[in-house]
Amino acid sequence: MANDKVSKISKRYEIPIGPIHPALKEPIRVEAEVKGEKVVKVDVKRGFAHRGIEYMGMKRNAIQTLYLSERICGICSISHPYAFVLASEKALGIEPPPRAQYIRTIIAELERIHSHILWLGVVAHEIGFDPILFWTWKLREKVLDVLEAITGNRINYAMYMIGGVRRDIKESHILALRDMIDYYRKAADQMKDIFLSDPIYKARTKDVAKLSQDLALKLNIVGPTARAAGLRVDIRQDIPYDAYADIDVRAVVPQDIMGEVNGDAYDATLVRIYEIEQSLDIIEYCINNMPEGKLLAIPNYVALLTTIRKTQGEGIGAHEAPRGEVIHYVKYDGTRDGPVVWKVIAPSYNNINCWGPLLLGAEVADIPVVIAFIDPCLCCNDRIAFVKDENGRVLDYFEIHNMSVNKTMKIKRMLGV
Amino acid sequence: MTLATIFYAIGFPLLGIILGLLYKGIDRKISARMTSRIGPPIRQPFWDVGKLLIKETVVPENAVAWIFNVMPIVALASSMTLLLYIPFGIIKAPLEGYGDLVVILYLLTLQALAMAIGGFSAGSPFASVGAQREMILMMSYEMPLAIVITGFALIYKSFSLSTIALTPVWTLVGPVGWIGLLLLLAALLIVTPAELAKLPFDIAEAETEIAEGLLSEYSGRNLALFYLSDAVRSFAMVALEVALFFPFTFSQGFGLQFSEPVSYIIEGLWFLAKVLILYILAVTLVRTSFARFRIEQASRLFWTYVNIMALLGLILVALEVM
Repeated sequence: MANDKVSKISKRYEIPIGPIHPALKEPIRVEAEVKGEKVVKVDVKRGFAHRGIEYMGMKRNAIQTLYLSERICGICSISHPYAFVLASEKALGIEPPPRAQYIRTIIAELERIHSHILWLGVVAHEIGFDPILFWTWKLREKVLDVLEAITGNRINYAMYMIGGVRRDIKESHILALRDMIDYYRKAADQMKDIFLSDPIYKARTKDVAKLSQDLALKLNIVGPTARAAGLRVDIRQDIPYDAYADIDVRAVVPQDIMGEVNGDAYDATLVRIYEIEQSLDIIEYCINNMPEGKLLAIPNYVALLTTIRKTQGEGIGAHEAPRGEVIHYVKYDGTRDGPVVWKVIAPSYNNINCWGPLLLGAEVADIPVVIAFIDPCLCCNDRIAFVKDENGRVLDYFEIHNMSVNKTMKIKRMLGV
Repeated sequence: MTLATIFYAIGFPLLGIILGLLYKGIDRKISARMTSRIGPPIRQPFWDVGKLLIKETVVPENAVAWIFNVMPIVALASSMTLLLYIPFGIIKAPLEGYGDLVVILYLLTLQALAMAIGGFSAGSPFASVGAQREMILMMSYEMPLAIVITGFALIYKSFSLSTIALTPVWTLVGPVGWIGLLLLLAALLIVTPAELAKLPFDIAEAETEIAEGLLSEYSGRNLALFYLSDAVRSFAMVALEVALFFPFTFSQGFGLQFSEPVSYIIEGLWFLAKVLILYILAVTLVRTSFARFRIEQASRLFWTYVNIMALLGLILVALEVM
């Protein structure tokens, strides 16, 4: 037994990261084979967080599905409804009033600020920089307070509606927003100071998770991760919608700020901090130029559902979520008041593809940084799950259903209920 | 066996545990306040140990059980023994005269070694990677530590800690020697967090990377023993630094004279205060203001910069003394 161990020590170890591991906030499995401190083989296994949420959405009416879409992910609880309402409006041919469009944009940018600050804290925690985790999350409270003041909730805002928004932004809210903008402008400068000039942060993130432009293109990387690799991709710039169409949003890329692109975790930090400032600019523009008018195209929800029941159509809604582009496809067939097809594509699905190539040859100490630097959202991720029997045959819906019914019966018999 | 021996054998380790846990509590509280948290109450480490002691002790299936179970005891024993070599204020060290600084060096190594062996015997990949890291780190910081101790041996022509604590080292050398001593002190302060496995050198126990590494398989009583040994060692290491570099007594510093029993108490408290201040400066402040290094970065830091610094200090001290 002891000899066995010695021979193992000189050879390779398999380090299982996940499904439960301190570096992960949600379940996924990374199987890394290491030799000393080097990762020599890596395999990423997904599928631990599948909840069949799209199927649930196809059984409900459109308004219920909208609220369900908020619950796909706790952090992107604006991004999914945003993409859903954009898709639905295209499918139904509804145009939201201008004021509602501006309010939507403001809320979406507020979400980006809180998500990016959260990411900065998480990445600091992954490299053992816990004081910075506490500091950034304390900063994040301000935007959450503003969101609560406007929408009534810290997360899951229930703000959007097909054809507009449900709540107005009043004068007092605008005062709070201006106050918040000043607060975060100062905070962004401090963050630049702390993250971008700290020698240990540099040492731990420079040249770690180095993503080349070619690889980013090949793997279809999106969002800040792609921008950190120097690709100018941003839905707000490429296919502008709502108030973004009035604002000239430009993708934040490191070559514009530093003059060079490394595509590493340091550049990802850079991009995210500058995006916080960009979001502040967008919010400021929106509150300065907010048009007056209605909030909803169809204020009566019963009338809205009736319209949906009578309309045939399909639409694709794309929104630049804090992590990258989120795309919803919705199809209404004119027979029921909810979507007959609802398909969600979340940014992390593409971004996780880069873990394999980036982890290969990396050090064990870099694994958490590589995992965290794309800001993975795994509950957004799993849209499909296969269940196989012992022979490797994929079981269909009815077989799985029968199996679960039988299991329940068995437990009932066992317990004598 | 005299009464004093029994007192030392039982009283000192007990005192060491209480002080170690107390200082750990203060350290946690200050660290929490620095990061704008309320933090746990100062008695929390005592509760932690109590809780761990009543928990189930699990030995992994493919661990080498006897090594796995013995190593926590070895670690705690070496930390306790370490304490017996440190003069407490003006009270002489209990093991005075039975080998001094070199034994301390070995005892410091033994504790880390026990943790590494325990990690290897756990049969878990996380613990094995942690153990490998601990070994690499040990090889990196032992050299500067040895240089510092050599420097002291050069000045005093002795390895005895009680001799060193009797006369402050700063009074024995001139300006060149002071610069050398300052360099040695700086090297020792950089080694301290590595020796105590605290940030930025808690690489062997990196939580987010290898899930507490060495300790990932330990639970219950075994974990409590490691926890205690960590607390005692932290106290002992800082106390050692105080004894080496800041042995100034209260009566010397303020020109006061006390009667025999009172002076023991006052000097003891003065010593504890000095240890507390250095503990906060060298451990708490450092671990709240740095991120974790990668193992090869830490290794390079010790092998080049800290080594050069310590060697330079040693040369300056040698110039002065010889």
